[in-house]
Amino acid sequence: MARIVILGAGVAGHAAVREFGKSIGAEHKVIVVTPNEKWNWIPSNIWVGVGEMTAEQVTFDLAPVYEKLGVEYCQAKCTAIHPEGGAAGDTPYVSVEYTGTNNSGETGTVEYDYLINCTGPKLNFGATEGLGPEGFSASVCTAQHATEANIWLQETISAMKNGEKKSFVVGTGHGMCTCQGAAFEYIYNIDHTLRKAGVRDKATLTWISNEYELGDFGMGGVHISRGGYVTNGKVFAESLMVERDIQWITRAHVNKVEKNTIHYENLDGEFGKLEFDFSMLIPPFAGVGLKAIDKAGEDITEKLFAPNNFLKVDADYTPRPFEEWSAADWPKHYQNPLYNNIFAAGIAFAPPHPISKPMKSPNGTPISPTPPRTGMPSANIGKAVAMSIMDMINGAENPTHTASMAEIGAACVASTGKGLFTGTAATMTVFPIVPDFEKYPEYGRDMSLTFGEVGLAGHWMKHALHYMFLHQAQIKPGWKLIPD
Amino acid sequence: MTVKNKEPYQQAYYPPVPTGFTKYMRTSIVYQLYRFLVINYKMIKLMVKSHNTG
Repeated sequence: MARIVILGAGVAGHAAVREFGKSIGAEHKVIVVTPNEKWNWIPSNIWVGVGEMTAEQVTFDLAPVYEKLGVEYCQAKCTAIHPEGGAAGDTPYVSVEYTGTNNSGETGTVEYDYLINCTGPKLNFGATEGLGPEGFSASVCTAQHATEANIWLQETISAMKNGEKKSFVVGTGHGMCTCQGAAFEYIYNIDHTLRKAGVRDKATLTWISNEYELGDFGMGGVHISRGGYVTNGKVFAESLMVERDIQWITRAHVNKVEKNTIHYENLDGEFGKLEFDFSMLIPPFAGVGLKAIDKAGEDITEKLFAPNNFLKVDADYTPRPFEEWSAADWPKHYQNPLYNNIFAAGIAFAPPHPISKPMKSPNGTPISPTPPRTGMPSANIGKAVAMSIMDMINGAENPTHTASMAEIGAACVASTGKGLFTGTAATMTVFPIVPDFEKYPEYGRDMSLTFGEVGLAGHWMKHALHYMFLHQAQIKPGWKLIPD
Repeated sequence: MTVKNKEPYQQAYYPPVPTGFTKYMRTSIVYQLYRFLVINYKMIKLMVKSHNTG
């Protein structure tokens, strides 16, 4: 019997659990360690943030789902990995701190034969003074945050209905953020909501981000064929902004948020500030801060984890200049090089380097997006890791399945307003996520699989995906037929 | 009332702005039903290629 422990129950963790649930067999044990009681379909949080959905519509209880799959549910947060075991024996284990209502604060251990770290990101609001719901800006990163953002938004709209003019600022809250897409969707949904409320004329909307140009999204931008030209996504992103009368500031590192004021530095080293009445800024991500301890009790965190606390895997971490980056640098199996029974999936793995070209201001401040690993790639990676582990349990010496971000694509359906007949969304696909200039010398991507368009069809797609993925994640009838 | 010239060389001066026809097509039910099928086809192609990596 093999014991597989999955840390985290986000997109990657849940994809891995589903894969084990399909075919691992009752003789093996799968244990999920997660501090959360509920699963959250994060892409729909932006609709919670404008009052089009409730938190209940984008979350569900994990316990009944794990019961259906025959998976053990340990509601706890992992604090340390002991890959060589400890004083009591050689079996590797993780230290946990329970978070359930009955045992909150108690500690324990969970032994494993295989470990998948899917702990996702730490929402690092602390990297920027005053950033986040405990500071002066909103967030849509969790259902709770999005609910709070909507309360603030509705208060602001009420004031506008009484004749007040308001300023909205949405974007990234640090020079090293990723996940620009969520903020991108949110600003358009705010615009849509303000128009529906009849107060758009009383609002100034401003986008601020760490992208060199709009439409970078941490992937170094994208080229698509449109209207007889191959055009950069920047043109389309700017068009969406102009069409909706939204101003934008790019190449910006937000260094401080005060009540009603955002302070930022740009790539030219200039400092500026923006006044706001409502602001939603995405925080930078870091690893959750797991420790690693060897058999003798020595701290080996630096061996297992990169400085940003993400787990090292089979990537090539040799520092190289941007011009020498290659698709081959990116991990294929997501296996830790020191301990072959430890894997990472989703945001938890340490990328070898960014995808967008790193930039620094003359003051030495890094201002460029970090690589995205959310959504579709996370699910693909979780699934590939689970399939590899099942093959290893059955005798394979090495991982058998790959999901390199330089070999897989991503689809992103970014809502620009909700409504069955009035909604629209920007649908974008890229293949591969990490440009491969050896295979695709011109643009680094397969142009037949890389496209983008705006329309109602995209909104239908986003809405359908919401119900489809929640259905799949809840292991409802026919869930196995729904692709990741 | 005096009509003022629109200020050129501003951020909003350069990007393409959709025409009325383009905006209409974005929410035209018939055309968007067709695009829905096209987008689904493209996404399935993308998923098939992404899942064939090993």
